[in-house]
Amino acid sequence: MNNRINTLFETKKSNILSIYFTAGYPALEDTMTILKNLDTAGVDLVEIGIPFSDPLADGPVIQNSSEQALRNGMTVAKLFDQLENIRQTVHIPIILMGYLNPVMRYGIEAFIAKCSEIGIDGIILPDLPMDYYLSHFKAPCERYNVKNIMLISNDTSIKRVREIDEQTNGFIYLVSSNGTTGSNKSLETQQDYYKHIQGLELKNPILIGFGVRDKQTYELTNQYSSGAIIGTAFMKHINEQGIDVSSIQSFINSIR
Amino acid sequence: MKEFNPNKQGYYGEYGGAFIPEMLYNNVADLQENYLDIIQSDSFKQELEKLLKDYVGRPTPLFYSVNLSKKYNAKIYLKREDLNHTGAHKINNTIGQVLLAKRLGKKRIIAETGAGQHGVATATTCALLNLECTVFMGAHDIERQKPNVERMKMLGATVIAAESGSKTLKDATNEAIREWINNPQETYYVIGSVVGPHPYPDMVAKFQSIISKEIKDQLLEQEGTANPDYVIACVGGGSNAMGAFYHFIDNQHTQLIAVEAAGKGINSGQTAATIALGKQGIIHGSKTYLIQTNDGQIIEPYSISAGLDYPGIGPAHAYLRDTGKIQVGSITDEEAIHAAFELTRIDGIIPALESAHALAYLNKMELKENDIVIVNLSGRGDKDMITYSKYFNHE
Repeated sequence: MNNRINTLFETKKSNILSIYFTAGYPALEDTMTILKNLDTAGVDLVEIGIPFSDPLADGPVIQNSSEQALRNGMTVAKLFDQLENIRQTVHIPIILMGYLNPVMRYGIEAFIAKCSEIGIDGIILPDLPMDYYLSHFKAPCERYNVKNIMLISNDTSIKRVREIDEQTNGFIYLVSSNGTTGSNKSLETQQDYYKHIQGLELKNPILIGFGVRDKQTYELTNQYSSGAIIGTAFMKHINEQGIDVSSIQSFINSIR
Repeated sequence: MKEFNPNKQGYYGEYGGAFIPEMLYNNVADLQENYLDIIQSDSFKQELEKLLKDYVGRPTPLFYSVNLSKKYNAKIYLKREDLNHTGAHKINNTIGQVLLAKRLGKKRIIAETGAGQHGVATATTCALLNLECTVFMGAHDIERQKPNVERMKMLGATVIAAESGSKTLKDATNEAIREWINNPQETYYVIGSVVGPHPYPDMVAKFQSIISKEIKDQLLEQEGTANPDYVIACVGGGSNAMGAFYHFIDNQHTQLIAVEAAGKGINSGQTAATIALGKQGIIHGSKTYLIQTNDGQIIEPYSISAGLDYPGIGPAHAYLRDTGKIQVGSITDEEAIHAAFELTRIDGIIPALESAHALAYLNKMELKENDIVIVNLSGRGDKDMITYSKYFNHE
């Protein structure tokens, strides 16, 4: 079954820009403002981070935003409240990105059902392994038409990439180089790997993320994928320039 | 007795598994596929046994405490893990894992540490086996445990302060995992307890199981039976307890007792009683009991003993508790301190604060005269002298 994620990739084959931000940060009620301003600024896809006390795959910038968001009182239930009427105003695909434990505490099926009810199109849980996805997530995700997005990295075997391609339907999140979010590793040295994945002709489109931070890295990764995901660099930008529409527009304009 | 093993995916019942980001998948899968072949090979076993004997000082004594036995009117034995090189059971595991890392061709070792005991044991082993060593330690713990920080540095290790979160063991573990994600190929992560993604809980259990193996042999020699009535051990993550219990799991005669740190009391809000208060969830790559909010945020535990304040529990312990194979008790800071002073005065042994929790549990038991009780004395108290002397001078 198609949802907004599939429709986006069907209508746009390249130059897709996805932005990540942490919910409830800098202030608890900023979630909707940032989301609407990103929509106005013309991004194609948004990933909203659910703050977690122990975000293993994240570097210091996103860790700090998570800690602050939790201090602000952010919770999964609060985030769902904030997003309750989102589909009256925002029409781009929205993905929730977080860690497994808060989702399990909320209840896996209840979480996915709630996503579907308010119009969330997908989820990304970096610590959700393939076998647990198949046994606990795949059926409810399909039932509620919420896409589960899996990560691959340059350590992922081709066999496993193909399995992920087979078992999911949305896009594949290609981690630009082995590292946590916001690492400043050179992406040039990874081009052979991007090219290799591109050559596999997978059924799912590819977005590249982790370490994409400016026009140059965005354009580089775009040569090998449908687009890229920027998180840490955006969070740094709003730390310095604020969350109003002109600040967010100027960031997006600096990328593409 | 049949061996106590998780299934192929690393589950003990519904606990365990490997909940890791994709960036670590290959690395961990490689370890899962190879660890048993390596650690069960004859050449590995010979190398490990020789080091445990000549370098660590094993077997550690099983000491019959006449004085404690009189006091509690039962036969009380202390398994003297405090007499190992570096002062605790931790080195049983670090030697095993670092030998394994060498065979996997790894050049660099990383580890997390809370009180510093696992960090010191890892740094010691790396000095001996000539590998580069980096230890992550919460910035707050670095302040609290200065002597162990100095020991690690003298041993040649780099100590990196974990500045995230609450700046203690949980955060040191997060930082070690992040470092591993950033350098998965050349780095081997030596986890210090029976926690983490499969195969760590099983691997650490196997390296620590020498404790219960020796207890059986030594008890048979001293008492004519290999089956004690009780084995008592403290649990943070649970490695010394798993080692002391391992060969008694499924032994109908022996009651295994895991003692958690209640801190200032189980319901005080300042506690590390993870099994008593925990709910199922995921921590550091493993499904187990952990203390968490209703929103699924992990709660920072508290105990006077830095080695017990871990918010989760090894998945094997979660399983053993659910299946009734271990009994779980808890001891407060105050009770542990009293037990430490008691042992010091009547037997001349200063125990680690962690081990004092196991000792204190003797007071909570109704023992019969012929009951044979083993208390696993997991470490010595040198590292806790500042805490002890504060208390002593206050009395």
